[in-house]
Amino acid sequence: MSAKPLAMRDAFLERIWRQMAEDNQIFFTCADFGSPVLDKIRADFPDRFVNVGIAEQNLINVSAGLALEGYTVFAYAIAPFITMRCYEQVRISLALLSEVWPMNVNLIGVGAGYSYVVSGPTHQCYEDITLMRALPNFQVLSPADHVTASAFFDTCVITGGPKYLRFDAQVLPVIYENALPDTSKGFHVHKSGEAICLVATGYMLHTAIKAADELTSEGLRVGVIDLFDLARFCTAEFEDVLKPYAGIVSLEEGFRGRGGLDSMLFEFISRRGLNARMLNIGVEGAYCFELGTRTELHEKVGIGPQAVLNSVRTFAKSLSNQEQTC
Amino acid sequence: MNTDLVDLRAKVHWVWRETLLVHRRAPETRLASSLSSIEIFVALYYGGVLRFNPSSPRDEERDRCIISKGHGSICMYPILADLGYFPMEELQHVCEAGSFLGGIPDPGIPGYETINGSLGHGLGVATGMALGLKRKASDRSVFVVAGDGELHEGANWEAIMFAAQHKLDNVHLIVDDNRISMLGYTDDIVSHGALTTRLSAFGWECMEVDGHDVLAVQASLQQQKAIAGGKPKAIIAKTLKGRGVPGLENAPLSHIINPKPDLIDSLLEKTR
Repeated sequence: MSAKPLAMRDAFLERIWRQMAEDNQIFFTCADFGSPVLDKIRADFPDRFVNVGIAEQNLINVSAGLALEGYTVFAYAIAPFITMRCYEQVRISLALLSEVWPMNVNLIGVGAGYSYVVSGPTHQCYEDITLMRALPNFQVLSPADHVTASAFFDTCVITGGPKYLRFDAQVLPVIYENALPDTSKGFHVHKSGEAICLVATGYMLHTAIKAADELTSEGLRVGVIDLFDLARFCTAEFEDVLKPYAGIVSLEEGFRGRGGLDSMLFEFISRRGLNARMLNIGVEGAYCFELGTRTELHEKVGIGPQAVLNSVRTFAKSLSNQEQTC
Repeated sequence: MNTDLVDLRAKVHWVWRETLLVHRRAPETRLASSLSSIEIFVALYYGGVLRFNPSSPRDEERDRCIISKGHGSICMYPILADLGYFPMEELQHVCEAGSFLGGIPDPGIPGYETINGSLGHGLGVATGMALGLKRKASDRSVFVVAGDGELHEGANWEAIMFAAQHKLDNVHLIVDDNRISMLGYTDDIVSHGALTTRLSAFGWECMEVDGHDVLAVQASLQQQKAIAGGKPKAIIAKTLKGRGVPGLENAPLSHIINPKPDLIDSLLEKTR
């Protein structure tokens, strides 16, 4: 394992490239979207690489057709386009059809959240968790570093059905330096805490870890969980991990209160009858046309490091006031 | 069933009658758009065009038949039953609770490959299958039956360009060109003009045929099947929506008109 940070897509595509040499049942499709590693795939496997052009609807349908013919398909495009531009095709030809026939189609969406910082809201992606988790039969995988992204390649090959991989477009620091995350579990506990647990996905795990360090130095020991499998985390083990906490904080680089990570945690807590209160940290309000660094944009919409610290501190106070009242 | 000796015209007539009967029992089904495509399906399934295996519907050695005009393929129910995909008795229970034959077909029905109630998906999926077959060095073909109204969906044109680019001469598109979608004549809604000209301009091998002359449809399909040439192929079958039913035939709102049971009974009696 390399500790040198890589782009998630390059780490993942590298694994595809290696496997394509071993397995002639792997097909790679894309909607006119590249990467340095993709150049190797294009050069070395021209018969199993196809660029459908800027045509995401057809990307999905062609990928579905290839999967029906037995291929394991990796389809690659910018995250908002591979989810929302072709949602109908994703629904009909993947979510629905995979209920009838075995199909292995893996949608690689690059550009989670604000990761295309200067490109604005057409290329940024704040709705995909909500939309993709709404589809039965889909797995939704949201790594926080390239090590996790790379590990998901095994999930994709071993597990059938359609999957959506939500990749960041930027090179993020390595989280899993020393050990691979157990991808079969759906989550990874980074840090145990008292009273409050931060549950984050994707880029926001980095913000959560930094916030947890700062809060710990202030005497507030908060737990941190990386929730990377957004369809299969609902287990007794996850319940056991959350049970001790009085407060749970969801952190996502997606709209707050619109059916994303916050909703799925709410639903989980409610279904399991946990007593925890929740704080939801997500993008407030509407689309953002402003320019700035990713951190500056995050602060504007309420998910930046400072905003997170302030929100969690306030949340902690309200929890302890509640305890005193009781 | 040995389809070599089937009298195609007689089979068309039988399917037409059975389709009326299915609709009489299950008025939720769309009749008019099924009546325009009977000759197309009879030519495909009984005219020696398609290779298929009712006892193993997903046989690797089959030609793939994608029935993209979902609603307008109720006529496939009697055909598939007749060929042995499922018992004829099932035709008595269309749209009933517990039946697998619904108002819009789905791949739970033996013989259906993909989901097509939502229009404009069949051709794209077919091009993916055709590319996969080419890469597997298979000589099997993918046939797609689509309506002309359905071609308003833009995804079709992505697939049309893709098939030409990749020289998918194992793709056969048959357009049931009845020129009527739900709310009227397609020429009044968004006209396709001459589809043969359009598809030819997109790099397809095209033929136009009288879609109610089953022998002509059969001959066109056989003729195109024999061409390699590197071009995807299309047959524009000129048809009449609601064919053979007074009040329905070529009526602009035929898609949503249900003929009265008495009319169906008298038609069946007259054409016995």
